[in-house]
Amino acid sequence: MQEFPEILLEGRLWQIVALSLQVSLSAVALATCAGLPLGAALAVGRFRGRDSLIVVLNALMGLPPVVVGLFVYMALSRAGPLGAFGLLFTPAAMVIAQTILILPIIAALSRQAVEDAWREYDEQLRSLGAHGLRAALTVLWDIRFSLLTSVLAGLGRASAEVGAVMIVGGNIEGVTRVMTTAIALETSKGDLPLALGLGLVLMTIVLVLNAAAYLVKEAAQRRYG
Amino acid sequence: MMLPLELRAASFRDIIKPLSLQIEAGPSTIILGANGAGKSVLMRLMHGLLAPSSGTIAWRRPGRHAMVFQRPVMLRRSALANVAYALRVAGEDETLAMGALKEVGLAQLADRPARVLSGGEQQRLALARAWALHPEVLFLDEPTANLDPSATREIETIIRAFDAAGTKIVMATHNLGQARRLGDEVIYLHQGRVVERAPVDQFFSRPASAEAAAFIKGELPWVS
Repeated sequence: MQEFPEILLEGRLWQIVALSLQVSLSAVALATCAGLPLGAALAVGRFRGRDSLIVVLNALMGLPPVVVGLFVYMALSRAGPLGAFGLLFTPAAMVIAQTILILPIIAALSRQAVEDAWREYDEQLRSLGAHGLRAALTVLWDIRFSLLTSVLAGLGRASAEVGAVMIVGGNIEGVTRVMTTAIALETSKGDLPLALGLGLVLMTIVLVLNAAAYLVKEAAQRRYG
Repeated sequence: MMLPLELRAASFRDIIKPLSLQIEAGPSTIILGANGAGKSVLMRLMHGLLAPSSGTIAWRRPGRHAMVFQRPVMLRRSALANVAYALRVAGEDETLAMGALKEVGLAQLADRPARVLSGGEQQRLALARAWALHPEVLFLDEPTANLDPSATREIETIIRAFDAAGTKIVMATHNLGQARRLGDEVIYLHQGRVVERAPVDQFFSRPASAEAAAFIKGELPWVS
């Protein structure tokens, strides 16, 4: 059995870490681009079906990763509607699955943040003559550091889940193996030190990202009030 | 000249009963009344933040009017940037922002985040934001309700400067002293109705309605 510190020096471990970050950060970027405008529109807009959409979105926050994995698997498999792209068992498929998984989280949490802020800003902005999109963008920009929290929640979910990436990625060594799938595999193989090392690395990365976001938010609070 | 502002049988739910009145250019108008009388709603109707449930509210001509709220909402940026934002939205020259800050004595705090300013400073900033836009009419909704006496004095000084510069002042308050200090005429609101409208001196010395008399007495319990 390998000694614990040596594991951390192994190239294949860092390759797994890098792929994990690449997949989850891509998913967060995509889900943020789609989820923030969606959340903002739901917070500010008044249209039919808005309430139902909010309820559905909130419910989707609890979407089981394996179910998302299953749907994406079916869509991307050779016989599926998107089978022609040949994306199954590639990192791209994992990004798609994680994006679907965390989009409701980012959209639902940002809707709440924007709605609270909107209640405060609405009258003042209308009084100043800022309406519609302009007012919405002003509010979004003003609470951008609060929105970081919803993005972080998405990142936490993406980097921690194993079900979706396992199904659509296939956990292929050197291609689609990420930290969570590697931990699951090494644990079942009995290589607990490697599994533990990966677990520690995963937790450290999440901690560092959250600490960085916290510091940014604190600095912004001091600077912008 | 955008005034007079004419309300014709304008109502808002059951808060403002159908009321007709004209706000003319010139004298500073104080909208006086107890909490819940409908002052804030009436101000919002006139400023256009609320649409009347029935009736009409019309300016003689389109023009610029601004409002200062009881609790101003500041954007999370510097004091100067808050004024610049208002100018930008109004399509005006942003470089006028500093002048407006000087006007209210906040020039030295221009780079401070607006949200860390004191209540009085934030209200002065709200007045600077309004000042920069050179409105023809300025609505003030209990602008000093949350402020201490010295901050209140500063705000009143600025409101007088607006008045002197030719801006029509329409202010809601339940502070009788303030109504006397800043007002020329009083519109007394009681349960969503205009009960009385009179020049300030006359309103306080010889209130015509029982409601207004009771209000003045209640507010000044040492006057027998």
